[in-house]
Order: sequence, then structure tokens, then C-alpha cells
Amino acid sequence: MSHMQRKFSMKKLAFLVFFISGVVFGQHHEEKTSHTTTHKEQNSTLSLKEEFKKFKEHHIQDSHSFDFVSYKNDEGEKVHIGFPLPVILWDNGLKIFSSSKFHHGESVAEAGGNYYKLHHGKIYKTEANGLLNLDEHHHPTNVKPLDFSITKSIFFVIAVALLMFFIFSKIAKSYKTSALPTGLGRFLEPLILFIRDDIAIPNIGKKHYKKYMSYLLTIFFFIWIINLLGLTPLGVNVTNNIAITFVLAIMTYLFTTFTANKNYWKHIFWMPGVPIPMKILLAPIELLGTIIKPFALMIRLYANITAGHIVLMSILGMMVIAHNWLGSSLSFVLAFVLSLLELLVAALQTYIFTMLSSLYFGMAVEEHDEH
Amino acid sequence: MEGLNFIGAGLVVIGAGIGIGKIGGSAMEAIARQPEATGKIQAAMLIAAALIEGIGFAALFAV
Repeated sequence: MSHMQRKFSMKKLAFLVFFISGVVFGQHHEEKTSHTTTHKEQNSTLSLKEEFKKFKEHHIQDSHSFDFVSYKNDEGEKVHIGFPLPVILWDNGLKIFSSSKFHHGESVAEAGGNYYKLHHGKIYKTEANGLLNLDEHHHPTNVKPLDFSITKSIFFVIAVALLMFFIFSKIAKSYKTSALPTGLGRFLEPLILFIRDDIAIPNIGKKHYKKYMSYLLTIFFFIWIINLLGLTPLGVNVTNNIAITFVLAIMTYLFTTFTANKNYWKHIFWMPGVPIPMKILLAPIELLGTIIKPFALMIRLYANITAGHIVLMSILGMMVIAHNWLGSSLSFVLAFVLSLLELLVAALQTYIFTMLSSLYFGMAVEEHDEH
Repeated sequence: MEGLNFIGAGLVVIGAGIGIGKIGGSAMEAIARQPEATGKIQAAMLIAAALIEGIGFAALFAV
């Protein structure tokens, strides 16, 4: 009975997390929009360096449409090759329209009598003329409606989730007919066994590991696939959005907190074998530690992937900016080597995330019989 | 002073680099002494390196 209840509450928990994630993605602010490029955007004669910097910042940001390539044609018009994504706004009622209405921020979109404008990847409510009121830091002061849009990141989160569901349910089915894996299962079985035998069992223990296996496998393959997609020329950058790593970290935090046994809480609030004044001093630190752990998880994944992307983009930019044979060839070689390194980092960060998650779960269910 | 924060970040990254280097070196020695414990040592090494790396990134993002 209690097992059933736990299963049910886990489902509710997962639903809650996904609900939060939707709100967080939508409201996530990328405050790092550069101060050097914002006020120059009206200026059409940007230098190559500044244009590249803008491109780099655009690459790091999430966007409301999916562009593979964008370039300037002979008439000086910007041409974007890609497809629009749905925009979902909550502004006194649900407003759904295609992001093609924005024309990449160049025109005002009208929906249900309201006007919206895209400015640096964020949607603002405007008048019919589409003018934004900028403050002294060049940030618009217009009202921002609640944004639940299917942005590029969310599109890929959903796509990878569907892909994983398809692949793994197929593999699971293949084990019903024979004990030997078939097809993709041959490649993935060693990885799944690695997570079970080298990550889950040593850290969580033989008694409790089964409960966490589904979560560990899910985050491992999700982060790994999405990190690898980030290295393709599609321009996917999901794990360098801090909102997404935040949700992943908060899932680990919630699973740790809600599955922890009384020993775990005892070791936080009233640790045995420590003098009483020390206990009072240590309890808040220990409590803070439970929050710092998932926070570090969030920052680590986000920072590693973002740093990798920025460095790779900067090295590629050398080719554009140096504009001679030395710069180009050096940039090509460095970018190639760095891409290989990023391939390692993608797998390593996935491993670290899964490893540390299982370590925290292990702390939560550890039984201290020796005291 | 303009640009002093970049020097600070550089110092932190040097520190993190030395730290990760020491972890890697010690792990190498440990593996040489006890090759049968390679898996366990590698896992511990990666965790410690990841923790230090986090500090390095915190410095980079504070710039």
C-alpha cells in the first residue's frame, strides 16, 4: 500500500516539476544582453567585430523561431532560413499565434486586439505603432505578458523526450522476446548497465537503488542527447539555458528531500555525537548545504556548456575577424580540436550530474546502524 | 581600476587549474600503486575535479 502511495506521489511530483518548468522557461530572463550592442542596434553600419559579437550573443539565447541560417542578400535585406514556432501568451486570456508574425523582431504582431513586439528574444506589449519605451539602461519598460511559448529550447526538450520515449520503449519491448538486445539496444545496454553497476549501486546501495534507477537513466540520457545535439550545427543550446538546468537540479533536490529517511534529517538537524552548542551552530549550515548541492549541480552543467559554446564561437569568429590565411587555418584547427574536447565534456558533465545526483540519493537513504 | 576583475578571474582560474592538476597527479600515483582500484579512484577524481571546476566557473561568471 505504501509502495503504491509513494508511486502516486512521485507522479504528482513529476507533474508539479514539469508545471514549474513551463513557467520558468517562459519567464527566464537572459540579463546578459550586452550593453555595448543594444544601443547600436539601430545603426545599420555595424563593424564586423560587433556584428559577430551580436551573433554570438544571439546563439547563446533562446529564441522564438528556429533559424538554421540567416544572411544578408544583395539588396541588404536579412534573409532567414528556418521555421517559426508557436507563441503562447497569457494576457487576460490565452493568445496563440505563430512567431512568423514578428518577422524576427522587425514588425509588430497583433493578436486579439493587443500588439506585441519581440525585443532581444523577449515579448513586450506595445501600442499599434510598436514603439518600446527604453529606460536609461536601454531595457524596455513595457509590460511583459506571461510567456508560455514553445521556444527553440522547449521544442527540443519535447523532441528529445519523445525520441527517448520511442527508443527506450522499443528496447524494453525487445527484451520480452529474447534476453539479447537488438538494434540500438546493443549500443545502449552497456551504458544502462554502467549506470546501474557503476553509478547507482555503489552510491545508493543494493537495497534502495531500484527506486532511483528510472530517474537516473532519464536524466543521463536526456542531458547526454541534448548536449550532443548542442554540438551539431543546428544551433540547439538547451543545457546552456540556466532555467533548464535549474529544473533538472530541482528534480534531484525534490527526489532527495521527499525520499529521505529519518536518519538523513537527524544528521541535518540534530547530528549525533556532537556537543549541543555545536549542533545549534551546525544545523543551519547543514540545512543550507542541502540547497547548495543542487545549486552547484545547476551552475556546473550550465557553466560548462555555456563556456564551451562561447569559446567555440569565439574561435570560429577568429576566422571572420582575422580574415587572412593564418587566422583562418588556425581557427579551423582549434575549432576542430575544441569540438572533440566538447564531445568529451558533453559526456563528462552528464556523468558528473548523474553521479552527484545518485550520491545525494545515497545520502538520503543511508542507514546509520553503527551509531 | 578598469579591468582588475579580469585579473582576479584569471587568478581564480590559475588556482582552479593547479587544484585540478594536483587531483589528476595524485590520482595517477594512486592508480600506479593500486591498479585494481582504478575505477573507484577515477570516480572520486572526477567528482573532486568537478567541484573545483564549479568554483572556476563561478569566478568567470562573476566578471
